[in-house]
Parts: sequence; structure tokens; C-alpha cells
Amino acid sequence: MKHLFFAAGVLSATVAAAETPELTVYTYDSFVSDWGPGPQIKEAFEANCGCTLNLVGVEDGAALLARLKLEGENSDADVVLGLDTNLIVAAKDTGLLAEHAVMAEYDLPVEWNDSTFVPYDWGYFAFVLNADADAPDSFEALAASDMKIVIQDPRSSTPGLGLLLWIKSVYGDRAPEIWEGLADNVLTVTKGWSEAYGLFLEGEADMVLSYTTSPAYHLIAEEDASKKAAAFDEGHYMQVEVAAKLAGSDQSDLADQFLTFMVSDAAQAILPTTNWMYPAVLPEAGLPEGFETLITPEKSLLLSAEDAAATRDEALAEWLGALSQ
Amino acid sequence: MAGRAQPVKPTLGVSAAALVAALILAALAAVALRAEPGRGLGPSDWAALKFTLTQACLSALISVALAIPLARALARRRFYGRSALIALLGAPFILPVIVAILGLLQVFGRSGWINTALEALGLPAVSIYGLHGVVLAHVFFNLPLATRLILQGWQAIPAERFRLAAQLNLSSTAMFRLIEWPMLARAMPSALATVFAICLTSFAVALSLGGGPKATTIELAIYQAFRFDFDLGRAAMLSALQIALTATAGLMALRLARGEGFGAGLDRPVQRWDGDTVAARGLDTLCIVLSALFLLLPLGAIIGAGLANLLSLPEVIFRAALTSILVAIVSTVILLLLALPMAMAIATGRGTLVELSGILGLAASPLVIGTGLFIILRPVTNPADWALPVTALVNAISALPFALRILVPNTRDEVARYGRLALSLDMAGAPFVWRVLLPRLRPQIGFAAGLAAALSMGDLGVIAFFAGPDFATLPLQTYRLMGAYKMDAAAGAALLLLILSFGAFWALDRGGRWHAEV
Amino acid sequence: MLKFENCLIQNGGFTLSADLSIEFSQSVAVIGPSGAGKSTLIETIAGFRDLAQGRINWAGQDITHSAPAQRSIAMLFQDGNLFPHLTATQNVSLGLTHSKRLTTDQTQTVEAALARVGLSQLGARKPAELSGGQQSRVALARVLVQRRDLLLLDEPFAALGPALKAEMLDLVAELVVETGTTLMMVSHDPEDARRITGQAILVADGVAHAPAPTNVLLDNPPEALRAYLG
Repeated sequence: MKHLFFAAGVLSATVAAAETPELTVYTYDSFVSDWGPGPQIKEAFEANCGCTLNLVGVEDGAALLARLKLEGENSDADVVLGLDTNLIVAAKDTGLLAEHAVMAEYDLPVEWNDSTFVPYDWGYFAFVLNADADAPDSFEALAASDMKIVIQDPRSSTPGLGLLLWIKSVYGDRAPEIWEGLADNVLTVTKGWSEAYGLFLEGEADMVLSYTTSPAYHLIAEEDASKKAAAFDEGHYMQVEVAAKLAGSDQSDLADQFLTFMVSDAAQAILPTTNWMYPAVLPEAGLPEGFETLITPEKSLLLSAEDAAATRDEALAEWLGALSQ
Repeated sequence: MAGRAQPVKPTLGVSAAALVAALILAALAAVALRAEPGRGLGPSDWAALKFTLTQACLSALISVALAIPLARALARRRFYGRSALIALLGAPFILPVIVAILGLLQVFGRSGWINTALEALGLPAVSIYGLHGVVLAHVFFNLPLATRLILQGWQAIPAERFRLAAQLNLSSTAMFRLIEWPMLARAMPSALATVFAICLTSFAVALSLGGGPKATTIELAIYQAFRFDFDLGRAAMLSALQIALTATAGLMALRLARGEGFGAGLDRPVQRWDGDTVAARGLDTLCIVLSALFLLLPLGAIIGAGLANLLSLPEVIFRAALTSILVAIVSTVILLLLALPMAMAIATGRGTLVELSGILGLAASPLVIGTGLFIILRPVTNPADWALPVTALVNAISALPFALRILVPNTRDEVARYGRLALSLDMAGAPFVWRVLLPRLRPQIGFAAGLAAALSMGDLGVIAFFAGPDFATLPLQTYRLMGAYKMDAAAGAALLLLILSFGAFWALDRGGRWHAEV
Repeated sequence: MLKFENCLIQNGGFTLSADLSIEFSQSVAVIGPSGAGKSTLIETIAGFRDLAQGRINWAGQDITHSAPAQRSIAMLFQDGNLFPHLTATQNVSLGLTHSKRLTTDQTQTVEAALARVGLSQLGARKPAELSGGQQSRVALARVLVQRRDLLLLDEPFAALGPALKAEMLDLVAELVVETGTTLMMVSHDPEDARRITGQAILVADGVAHAPAPTNVLLDNPPEALRAYLG
């Protein structure tokens, strides 16, 4: 009897699967994790789409792009979510992405009118430190101080690359000089964000490269106001996280529906306290309580996708040169 | 002794070796074939090669140099808790990298215990970051392994020799030259090559503690080729370079020291009649105490950090722990299915090629193997459906070199000792394996299985490529907790991982020796 | 009949030639100086060494290229005749079958063999729990259940004391008579050879000589043997 019941269950599940469309979204691993936005996003989207949302986690943004390239036109993905502005040109060059049909009023510090990529959240890179410590207000002040910082390797980490472009966009040709000044402040370089942040929390370094929103996590999730971000007068580089539809998708409409959902109130309200980034479209209820304590940079820096792609290799070479001595 | 017949045929072992080699080389080839024209190896890659070799050589030399006095002290002293200490010394080796780094930093870091103590004494702080930090971490990981390899050599010296030396009233120098040095000359190359090979593929340790991009290893260069440049050709070339280096080191070690291995049953001290002076006793005590502190303090830090969070871990962590246990079980079974026939093939004289393919597992970059297998599997099936078998298989292959070191010497002995008897009783083949080899190798099988299970439990390896929504291992979830700012919970999960890894190792190692007939 | 036809055995720089034959149910000692190749000769018969040339014939069959187990030969080595992890009963039963389960018939056969060598009470013991003499008896019990026509002994009792060794040799002599087995036995002790063998083969200077009556050979030893006997 039990077996029969089980068999009937499988049968009805198969029938249901055949009727329910399935949307496959490739994203970075921390998005799908139990502590990321994934589970809530899935629940909220599936509540209305009459579909199954299949979130597939792939390490991080760069690995995500590598996966798309590996799979090429036969990719199972309908949507890719989690590239950032530094990867946009390379992603477009694959020819695998299609234009979207999303209309939204973005609350971004920069103008956004890309027809392929939909921004869903964003943040400012910043150095995070203990609230009771004196924060430097520029890279030059940092270089002159004896503060120790942990940063991520730009070859294996998105924030690491963001830092290169940050310095490049503030100092241009003076970037190598700045890096040489910073060399004795760099305690060490880690493979990814987690290692760096872990070292910082263990008290290994005075500051860690992270986001202006990081203190919000400690404040909101742990009721701990002991962390702050250092505000740099010269401005903060932005990271804008984007999603795009794949040209090879057989669920094109559903993909557009998902992208639209990602910039809707329902999704945007989830992101600040799960992804710990700013929403791309401010939800009606505004930002969660605690976000008002965060620093708001006076200047928002962001290289255009084309400039970022063109600057990347040079900036890496300068960084390697300055820190390898 | 040229016996013409052997009690076991090497066919199965040669096939297993061929399978392993084919899998690794196919994955490498799949990556290479998928490559578009790239820029080839550049100066930065050669710099990475140079750094990799430097740190691997230093790590191997220092690990082995420290292992010699420690192994000697452990070999000739009896004290309460000796066997527990030897078992615990194995723990760093099976620790997940990131967990170990955080543990080490608790002790040696900028605000670690040592620097806090130095500060209290008004002394200047010491920095762990730099080449010395990389080497320190590698010694932490590999000193226990090197010690075990050399301790095995010490205990293989027949007691009669020490008795003879005592009768002749040999000085310690003479005894070292006549008895111990010849053993070391055979045991050291194997230990050196093993540690060297392990350190060749280091990445996260080298980068985190290296203090900057000068600590770029080949593995990091592979990573860069993959994701920064998407230059699969360069990634494949670098991976091939890594494999060639490891294979060379392995072959050299095999040439220099046939048949050395690290076996079970190391808790029996050697009885000898020297070293009874106060100086010798003091030196041995110092060696044991310092090494124990060096290896156990970071473990203590990990336990301390995790203990408070262990019980409050979310339920998903325990589900991930079950997945990890399942992976470890499958991986251990695969390992034994590969390693036992290979050990038999090596024991009956089909040495070099089989051993070589056994070493490949050490050398293969998980990133390249993962990508290669992904490229191969994807046209045929959904790789996420294969997460468990692929993860288990790759973990098994990376434990294979160690399993062979454990199994081969004793398999060789058993074949030499009972091969002819078995042949005369018409027991060649399966009956010999089932009724003689397996029961007699039980301690070694338990040890190898324990090591494989523990390594597999803590391995992040290729899981990143294949993890589907329902397949998350404990190391992956630990890493995810860290990625979500939840460092405290991550510390708890890391402790759980440590307990499971060590528990699996202990249970299998003990199980193998339980009522084992000698 | 066991027949060596123009045989040449090579082992490194060492060669041994043999061209001789031994009749059924004979007990033959293999004697000669140390290192002359006594064990080599026995191992070749058992199939553990290849012939460089010539043929070996046993009971009308060419066994030159047969595997050890196909030769209807039982052999006891200098040591390692028992598996230490198996009980006496299990060790003996390996002469009959490789499976762990025995049929009733097989169990009876094994028990009878153990009884014949005087160990009926000790079947459950492992070798480490048996004395040296008892271990030898277990090995002989296994030879009994193997039912081979030719028994080769490569000094299996060398480690036993004189009295025990004599006892074992007498037991071997009884058993080969009971079963009509042909016996070849390496020995470095002339007394052992006299005790149970009627004929002896002298192995010296690279040649295994044709068998001669043991007493005659030992009473009037040729030059090569005389130096050895002293």
C-alpha cells in the first residue's frame, strides 16, 4: 500500500513537472546559500509565476562568467544573475546574452540605461574597521599611516579587482605610486572576501576591504555597533550587480518576468538584509532600520564597462609590480 | 628471487591505475581542447613556478628536518598518552585549509597568543606573514606526516641491532652512523618528496600567509588563467607543469627508497639502551613538548572558537554533515577499490607505472580536474546529478598516493612471505586475496580508509563545480557561513568538521587494528 | 616416476644441471654442501623456478611449464608453512578447499588429519598458540588432506630440537608409507637422511647426481661430500 502511494506520488510529480515551466538561473554561490537571498527570492517568485525557479550557485561572479563561456550556446541557464560592471564587456562579448524588456526607475548614484543588463543591487567598496579606531580619509592618508589592511587578490576575487579600479579611477597614472605607498600597509592578500573578513574579525588587521554596508550586518543581525566603514573624501568605487537573459533561453518571457521581479518591491526588500547591499530600486518601505547609520560617500566612482575592461590588465600589472617588490 | 608465478595477477591493479591516469589526463585534455588561442606562459607564470618550488623545497626540508628528532624521541621514549599523542598529531593533516589558517593565526597571528605574550613581556612582535609564514603553515600540515614516515623507518630497525650496538658499547655518534643514518637515507627521500608534492599545489595557504602577490603559486596562476583571463590553454599548460613536477619528485623518491611507507602499529616504542643520559632525555622531552605545542595549540584554538557555537548550529549544517559523511563513505570505498589492486600490482613487481599514476592524484589541480570533468560530463548529462560520485571519486584519487604508501610495503611483505605457500595450495587469485591478504592487511586498510575518509570529509575540491541546490557538503556550508558574515557559526561548523574528520579517521584506524591478527 | 631430462637451472651466475630419475614411493634425501643448490632443485620441482633447458616429467606427465598447484606436489618450506591469522583447522582445510564453509565430509577429513598427527584437541588454536612441534604437525596434517603423490620437504623442521625433529621425521616416514607418497627431502644432517630415506641425491659442484642408496653414499662419501661431512 505504501509503495503504491509512493508510486502515485512520483507519477503526479512527473505530470506536474511537465506542466510547470522551469526557469534556471545561474548565480554566485553566496546568493543561493541558506543565509543568502536565494531561498526567499525563490519563494516570492514562485508564489506568482506558476513555475519552478531553479537557482544554481557557481562560486562567484568571475566563475559564473567562466561557466557561461564553458557551456556556450547549450547552456541550461535562462538567466545569469550576479555579474558586476567589471565583467559586463566580457559577458557581452560572448554573444550569449539577449536584450531585456525591463522598465524600472533605478535609484542608483549613476545613470543606468543598458539594454542587456538589469542592475538589482549595488554597494560601495570601503575599508571596514572598528568603530573606536581613527579612520583614514584617503588612500594617501592610509599609506602615510601604519594601519594594517587585508585585501583580496584581484585575480581571484571581485572586491580585489574593485580596489584596483577604485585607485585607478581616483589617481589615474599615479596608481603605481599609491600602491607602492600602500605596500607596507598590506598585511596580506587573500583568495576571497571570506578569508579577508575572517582575518579582520580575528583582529589580524586594522581594516579590511569590504563594503560600506558591512557594518549594517553587524548592527542589524548581531546588534553590534562596533564596526564602521572609513569614508574616503576622494570617493568610493561602486559595485553594481547585474542580471541578464540568455539568448538561448527557451523561457524568454519567463526570464523577463524574473528580471522584472528582481527590480520589484518584493525582491528589492529582500536584498538589503540578505545580500547586505543597497537595493537598485528603493522599496516603498525604504531601507531597513540601521542603514541610515552607514556612511554615504560624497563621490560615487564607477568606470564605464568599456573603460573597466580596458583598464583591468594594466591595473593588475601595476598592482603586481608594486606589491611584488 | 625470481619467482615465475605470483599469487595475485596485476591485471586489476594495472587497470585501476590506467583508469586513474585516464581520468586525470582526460580531464586535462578536455580543458586543453576547449581552449582558444591564449597568450601562453608569461614571465609572471615563471615567477609563480619559482616561488612554488622555493616554498615547496623549504617546507619539505624543514618538515623533514624537524621530523627526525621528533620521530627519534617518539621511537625511544615511553610515556603516558604516547599513542594518543601520535594519533592526535595526525589531525592537522586532515584539517580543511581555511580552518587551519584561522587556527594558526590564533596562535601566531598579529594579535595571536604568541604576540600577546611577547607584548606583555615588552618584546617586539613577530609577523607570520611572508615566505616564513607559508613555510610555517606547511610544516604545521606536514610535520606529522613526515614524522609518521620516519617513525616507521625507526621502528623497522630490528631490535637485535640496538642490542648489538649496546653490547659493543657504541657511542651515540657511532650508532647514528651505523644504524640510524642508513635507515634515514632510505626513509628521508620518500618523506621529502611527499611533502614537496603536497606543497606544490598549495594556494590558499601560500596566498593568505604569503603577505602579497609575490607569494603567487602555480595553483593561483591556474586560477587566474581560468577566471581572470579565461585562458583555458594556459590553465591546462600550468596544470601539466604541476603534474610533471610532482611526477618527477615522486619518481625520484621511488628510485631512492623502494618500499618505504608509513604503516600502522606505531604505538610500540623501540627498546634501546642508549639515550639514557640527562642531555638526551632532556632533548627528547623538549622535542616532544615543543612539537606537541606547535601542533596542538592551533587545534585548541579551533576547538575553543567553535565550542560555544557547536550546539546552536542551524539544522542545515547537520544535514550537510550527513552529506559529507555519505561522500566520505563512498569516497573511501572507491579508494579501497582502486588502492588495493594497485598495491597488489606494485607488490608483485608492476611498480613504476602504477605508482606513477597513483601520484597523479597529488598533482592534479582540483580546478582543472573539476572543469575537465564538467566539460566531459555536460554533453551527456546534468553534472549536478553527478555531484556525489564525482566528488567522492576525485577525493578518492587525491587520497590514493597516501593509501599506496600505507598499503604497498605490507602487501609486498605478505606476498613475499606467503606467496609460495598460497601457490602450492592452489590459492592464487581471489582465495589468496580474501583469505590471506585482506585479513592480514586489516590494520593498513583501516589506516588508509581512515585517512581517505578524513581527507574526503574536509575537502572543498571540485564540489564548487557540481554542487546542486540539494547537495551541499559541510566544508561548503562552512565556507558559505563565512561568506554570509557568520564567522562564529562558521567556527562551530569547522569544529564539527574537525570532529567528524578525526572521528572517521580514528574509528577506521582503530577498527582496522581491533582484534587484528598478527 | 619423477624424471629430470637434461635439466639446467640458472639463478644469476649459479647453474645446476640434473639428469636423473626417482621411482614412485621412494624416500629420497637431497644432500650436499651449503649453497650447492639443494633448495633450488626442490623449488624447481615444485614449480617456483623456471628451467633454462630440459624437461621435468612426473607420473608420465610433462610438468615443465605447469603452475605449482597443477603438479600434484605438496611442499613444506623452511618457514611460513602456516597462515598465522588462521586456526589450525582452517590452515588444514586450505589443503582441501578455499571456501570458508566446509561440507560435512570435508570437516571429517580435516578432523581425521588433525587426529592422525595427534592434534585433535587443538584445532581451534592459531599458530602463535601452538608450539613449534605442533605447528609442524598442523602443516603435515594439511599435507595429508592435500593427497598429493609427491611431498617435498625443504628442511621444515630445522628450527626444532633434535628429539622433536626426529619425532617429526618419524611421523613423516609413517605418513608417506601409509599413503604411498614419494618423498624428497633436503637435509644438511646425514642422520636425518639415514633415519627416513632409502636413497639420496648428492648435489655438489653444479650437478645433481643420480640417487644412490643413502647408507652407501654416506658411508663412502665422494670427494665433494667428504669435505662437507668432515
